[in-house]
Amino acid sequence: MSEGETIGPLLSIEDVKVHFPVRSGLMLRQTGKVKAVDGVSLAIGEGETVGLVGESGCGKSTLAKAVVRLLKPNAGSVVFEGTDITHSSSRALRPLRSDMQMIFQDPVESLNPRQSVRQIIEEPLIIHREGDAAARRRRVDELLERVGLPANSGEKFSFEFSGGQRQRIGIARAIALNPKLVVCDEPVSALDVSVQSQIVNLLLELQREMGISYLFIAHDLAVVQHVSDRVAVMYLGKIVELASAQAIYKRPCHAYTKALLSAIPEADPAVERERILLEGDVPSPINPPEGSAFGHRISHPRYEETVGMNLGLVEIEPGHWVARDPCCLSESDWAKVQSLPVSSPP
Amino acid sequence: MAEEDPAKAVDRQGDKKREPGSEEILRVRGLESAFDTERGVLKAVDGVSFSVDRGQTLGIVGESGCGKSVTAMSLISLLPRPAGKVLKGEVIFKGEDLQKVSETRLHEVRGGEIGTIFQEPMTALNPVHRIGRQVSEVFRLHKKMDKKEAWEAAIEALRMTRIPSPEVRVGDYPHQLSGGMRQRVVIAMALACQPDLLIADEPTTALDVTVQAQILDLIQGLQAEMGMAAILITHDLGVIAENCDVVVVMYAGRVVERAPVKKLFANPLHAYTRGLLNSIPRLSLPPKSELNTIPGMVAPLSEMARGCRFCQRLGRRSSLGDERPELREVSPGHWVETCPECCGGEARESV
Repeated sequence: MSEGETIGPLLSIEDVKVHFPVRSGLMLRQTGKVKAVDGVSLAIGEGETVGLVGESGCGKSTLAKAVVRLLKPNAGSVVFEGTDITHSSSRALRPLRSDMQMIFQDPVESLNPRQSVRQIIEEPLIIHREGDAAARRRRVDELLERVGLPANSGEKFSFEFSGGQRQRIGIARAIALNPKLVVCDEPVSALDVSVQSQIVNLLLELQREMGISYLFIAHDLAVVQHVSDRVAVMYLGKIVELASAQAIYKRPCHAYTKALLSAIPEADPAVERERILLEGDVPSPINPPEGSAFGHRISHPRYEETVGMNLGLVEIEPGHWVARDPCCLSESDWAKVQSLPVSSPP
Repeated sequence: MAEEDPAKAVDRQGDKKREPGSEEILRVRGLESAFDTERGVLKAVDGVSFSVDRGQTLGIVGESGCGKSVTAMSLISLLPRPAGKVLKGEVIFKGEDLQKVSETRLHEVRGGEIGTIFQEPMTALNPVHRIGRQVSEVFRLHKKMDKKEAWEAAIEALRMTRIPSPEVRVGDYPHQLSGGMRQRVVIAMALACQPDLLIADEPTTALDVTVQAQILDLIQGLQAEMGMAAILITHDLGVIAENCDVVVVMYAGRVVERAPVKKLFANPLHAYTRGLLNSIPRLSLPPKSELNTIPGMVAPLSEMARGCRFCQRLGRRSSLGDERPELREVSPGHWVETCPECCGGEARESV
């Protein structure tokens, strides 16, 4: 945005793959690989929140780490503000680190118990040589107030706080350098509902004030739908549906999205809903089925057709992308997308 | 309602009107449990009463630290010793007070007549034994079967929880199974002896929503088949709404509201219940809108007020002062802690 050129997305990743080797035997020879992320393309605009949902083991967190280059993808590209950072060294990445930050699920494990809260929040400022000691001190006080922690919190230790307050410390650390992108990996999953809504509100406020973009990962579809502009549904290392938060909720196309939505227990006993019960578990990413992974799980009669088929995303409606997979679409949707070309969302 | 004499209603705390033919399986009255700590004796459960009928599911909901799990542990005398102990109260299970029975009898009850499922299946299973051995142990202990019979029975128990090819799986170790499958093994162990009561403490919290739906569906199905009663402890109001008949809402060791599920969701009377219900993000809310929150935080146990504890959280003064608000039946089956500041609508009028 600063250079006045065409406003591209803040971050775009294309066809990113992250594979982990599986080693076994006496010589620890590589005997296979876990395809944790297997060809994902995604773009995040400025001030936008993209939600990412999926069951455990589908590759959400691995993707998050690849996005901020805590992991190096095996293939594909990660472009942040027009700079290709796929192969950047950690030294080259350092100046960019102030623009991308992360908030983690477990505030206990992600905060150093031997540092005071002030030290924790000050650390990014020191690393990036922001201001002198007095300026940093003022900045930390400002941050504490901004995230709603008592003024005397700086001199305490993280274990003296409740779960929600610890998450506030993590947020203060993440926004200390005014980042452009914050990757939130299950930031509210460990919290009680009343605290969860406090943290969600705080994240939304910060976004309005500072124009932060979020990649928001959670397994709770209701929370994700609430905070996101667009939602990506991930299954076994691939995105199977990507659409605006409204569209995902009002008109889910992929059978897996439908099942996920129907599995959320509705806090209203008066509502009788038809529940789609999924049998079985997510297949192993070590030996994924050759065809449609979801079609295989539900033993769809058209599974055989999908072996060798390109199951990439197609744009079924403007801005609504779904995997071109006969096992996972309704008859009418399949008729609609059958002839459409597979491409990756811009 | 107004025609009920409130004083009489308070006396019947822990009772409830039963339809003819339904049989009360468990009645808890005035349960108080505490822990001995460096900071003195801390009461985690402070006078909890409820009852469960055969075939019924009672939900206990509340935030972490409200005493849900301690209540469950107290029922079957499983509080960590020597720190934890039940101070007061009755736990009448099929006419017998479990607080007074011998340790031998308790051994029979636990796992035999009362089955339990806990949150994390990995900690409930022994990692170094095959699951078959762990499930068959229940049969050997409670049904006095020999090794071979018990092994066969274990396969059947695993089949009942719809584990695919149980005759193969029975030889697996816990780490070889997925989270959902492990929880099925725990359910198989809990239900092996066809208990009269199942206590499930956050049975699906560690699982994905899709697997959660499978497991809850399974528990419901088996419960209907066996006519078993259940106590389902969770912090998820959605799970409560879909699986329970009666709900107990706990806050800071006390019951603040107790009602049949439809009544509770249609007409929550206590401010805390309303706060909980309002803070859930619902799919029907406009995206990115501000969510309702409950201000403040639960006070530490050592600083808990004697009066209304929700008023304490909100930093306001209850007009009852230090007096504990009574739990009263304000309409049939609907009980609420009657702090004038915390309960609204018809409850306030009847106070």
